Amino acid sequence: MPYRAALAALERRRREEIVVTTMTSSRVWAHVTQRPELDLSFGGCMGKASSLGLGLALGQPDRRVWVLDGDGSLLMNLGTLVTIAQHAPANLTHFLLENGVYEVTGGQPVPGAGTVDFAAMARAAGYRAAFRFDALDALEAGLERALAAPGPTFVTLVVGPAGALPASPGGPTRPARSTRQALAELRALLATSA
Amino acid sequence: MATQGVTAVRSDRPGAPGAPGAAETALTAAGVLATLKRCGISHVVWLPDSEAGFLYEALRAAPDVALVPVCREGEAMAIALGLTVAGKRPAVVIQNTGFFESGDSVRGAMLDTGFPFFLMIGYRGWKAGAPMTDSAGVYTDPVLTAWGIRAYLVEDDGDLPRIEQAYREAQDSARPVAVLIGREYR
Repeated sequence: MPYRAALAALERRRREEIVVTTMTSSRVWAHVTQRPELDLSFGGCMGKASSLGLGLALGQPDRRVWVLDGDGSLLMNLGTLVTIAQHAPANLTHFLLENGVYEVTGGQPVPGAGTVDFAAMARAAGYRAAFRFDALDALEAGLERALAAPGPTFVTLVVGPAGALPASPGGPTRPARSTRQALAELRALLATSA
Repeated sequence: MATQGVTAVRSDRPGAPGAPGAAETALTAAGVLATLKRCGISHVVWLPDSEAGFLYEALRAAPDVALVPVCREGEAMAIALGLTVAGKRPAVVIQNTGFFESGDSVRGAMLDTGFPFFLMIGYRGWKAGAPMTDSAGVYTDPVLTAWGIRAYLVEDDGDLPRIEQAYREAQDSARPVAVLIGREYR
């Protein structure tokens, strides 16, 4: 399914969730987000977006956290599936944008592209629920059920490469922020809303 | 930049292990846990090792400090970052070998983010008063110095104030600061 359309389907169902993005998902999410103050783009150490999301979920158990991971990223930190499952935060949904390639480096295939079943791995690691959607209509039909499941939940979204996007994100206007700024602003926001 | 090698804070006080006239002393789990509580530590993100393994039972039994085991040390820095952004006060407890493995996470989740981080690093290879032959120990001080991470050696309960010192420095500098645990599990 189209990468951007898949993320737009998520955004339409988003309420107060913190959304952690990384690599290509950061670039695409900037075009669909309506709540940039609750977004964290985290590409500083590839593979660790889900670990950051776990820390947020454990520290803010009353707030839902979404992680928009990539397959290349997850492959760098597969142990995270077991770590997350062990701590079992009910407020964490771990999305995987599976496009089969390292898109930021030119589209080279990731190891195991097209053969690895990440949702099955997550289920075997101990996630409470795991889903896999490879078409937009199936995602639209099944996403509410996936989001309603007690976490940790794993949701594979089989997508094509994001490709080129318009230069300007289409979401609410907001000055570009560094990861450092975004982290500090989110910390302040969470402190005031506690 | 606050850079200081481990050698500057080695246990040179009278009675420390390896010091002239040293008595048999110990770093106790109760002492470490009480110190962490005084610092307000809420979560211990860790992967057990030979130097910090003795803390496990005490941490597991502590109702007000959550234990967060990880599969690989590099996860710990990003988890600690998330906890910090969420308003918690984590400590990261790993071995020096895992610290080496975690380089990109130390950089991307700690040094680049501008938050305070407190690390307790098992000092594999360190033995008071003996030449260091294990490369894990040999490279610890140079790597910490290269990252600009101050570190304090903790070998027995007499060194516990160094834990609080390191924690305060992390808070004041909004950077990672470490203690090196020079106590082998027996």
